[in-house]
Amino acid sequence: MERILEQAPRFFSGPNLTLLFESAMLTLGMTLAGCLIGFGLAFVLVFLRQTPGLWALPLRLVCITYVEVFRRIPFIVVIYLVLFFIQTVTPDASLFTIAVIAICLYAVAYTADIIRGGLESVPATQVEAAQAMNLSRLQTNLRIVLPQAWPVIVPPAIAFAVSFIKDTALVSQVGVFELTFRGKELNNQGYSGILVFGTIAFCYFLLSFPLSLLGQHLEKRLATPRGERRTRKIRQP
Amino acid sequence: MPHLAVSDVRAKYGSLEVLKGISFSIEKGEIVALVGPSGSGKSTVLRALMGLTPITGGDVDLAGERLNYSSSREVRAARDRMAIVFQQYNLFQNMTVMQNLTLAPLKIKRWDRAEVEAEARRLLGLVGLSDKIDAYSDQLSGGQQQRVALARALALKPQILLLDEVTSALDPELVGEVLDAIRKLAAEGMTMVIVSHEMGFVREVADKVVFMDAGQIIEAGTPAELFDTPKTDRAQNFFSNILRH
Repeated sequence: MERILEQAPRFFSGPNLTLLFESAMLTLGMTLAGCLIGFGLAFVLVFLRQTPGLWALPLRLVCITYVEVFRRIPFIVVIYLVLFFIQTVTPDASLFTIAVIAICLYAVAYTADIIRGGLESVPATQVEAAQAMNLSRLQTNLRIVLPQAWPVIVPPAIAFAVSFIKDTALVSQVGVFELTFRGKELNNQGYSGILVFGTIAFCYFLLSFPLSLLGQHLEKRLATPRGERRTRKIRQP
Repeated sequence: MPHLAVSDVRAKYGSLEVLKGISFSIEKGEIVALVGPSGSGKSTVLRALMGLTPITGGDVDLAGERLNYSSSREVRAARDRMAIVFQQYNLFQNMTVMQNLTLAPLKIKRWDRAEVEAEARRLLGLVGLSDKIDAYSDQLSGGQQQRVALARALALKPQILLLDEVTSALDPELVGEVLDAIRKLAAEGMTMVIVSHEMGFVREVADKVVFMDAGQIIEAGTPAELFDTPKTDRAQNFFSNILRH
């Protein structure tokens, strides 16, 4: 305890705080970049997976296999796979890029199932009504199904991203200068482990908590019937 | 030449043949009612015409042109000329009444926006819902939703309108307002194929009644012929059971 109190002023000095802030932003940046790109690609994957017809069978199989396989691999293994694969293709790829790609690959597999569940929650009769009006499959998905599926998709998707902020700690294993990596570094410099990792823990909390609040806000908003959502109550004088 | 001629149309769900050669025809401005017990294939006839249930045989001619359902392009061409109203209304939940009416005319048919919106307003007036133009479907009663669905189908300017048990999901006190809207369409000369259990209404508006059972047409004729003097046993049983209630 004495050691912590004695080290604290030096630990919370300008350069260290800058370092921590930068690595926190890196953690947040790669999580958001990976999850957002992954989320976008997951939509494409789900759309391809729903392609009707016999000719699209191999396509559907590839999509299903991808999701089922990646959901059953530990994230750390995905990171190493991406690291070694990318390094053989382009040896000078940055570690940040590799981390984002790994997060992305993982996020696609997980959010694809969330998205599929959301789309399937919309009654088939809505799709039928759209078909009868000659809307294409893409138009039906974008204009009718997806807008109704958001309330089912958004809360678990954000929960996934929030929990993933923590899991990105694993990419410190390949040397990305994110929060946990910096923590180990500072610990090696002789700072108390409790002080360092206590601070790191607090940083992770600071990163995740606002996102969780955003998720809760969106969940509530999306659960409100549309008719009531837009109009704010106008106070009668 | 009839406006719509359906001849020997067949359809299957898997290996089960649900339409075993259906033939009937409608003149322009006529109303044909398909009646019969549940599972007799009445709704399937409408679904087959819309290309929602694949047709496995037979011919459909609309306004002198053969409708071919063999490719998705041909199915689109058929859907372009007809409109259907479903039992469960199926209004797009994420859209206002106005958006429901204008989506397909603007995005699919690519008609002029000003004209489409003016027509949508006229149709909402026709079904008595001018004040609900910006409402979402969860703010409307079942009867109101079904009237919007009628207006939405009419906004497509179909050559023929298909009504699939449009009052079956409604509370009894809401049935009247929907039937009134259909009466107005009949007065405007809209050609319609109606699947309905409202026998009083069928008798009143239909020019021809087609009685179906087990995927086949058992008997067809004017309402008076079928309701009062059915020739077949099956039709006699059906109508005497229904009219007794």
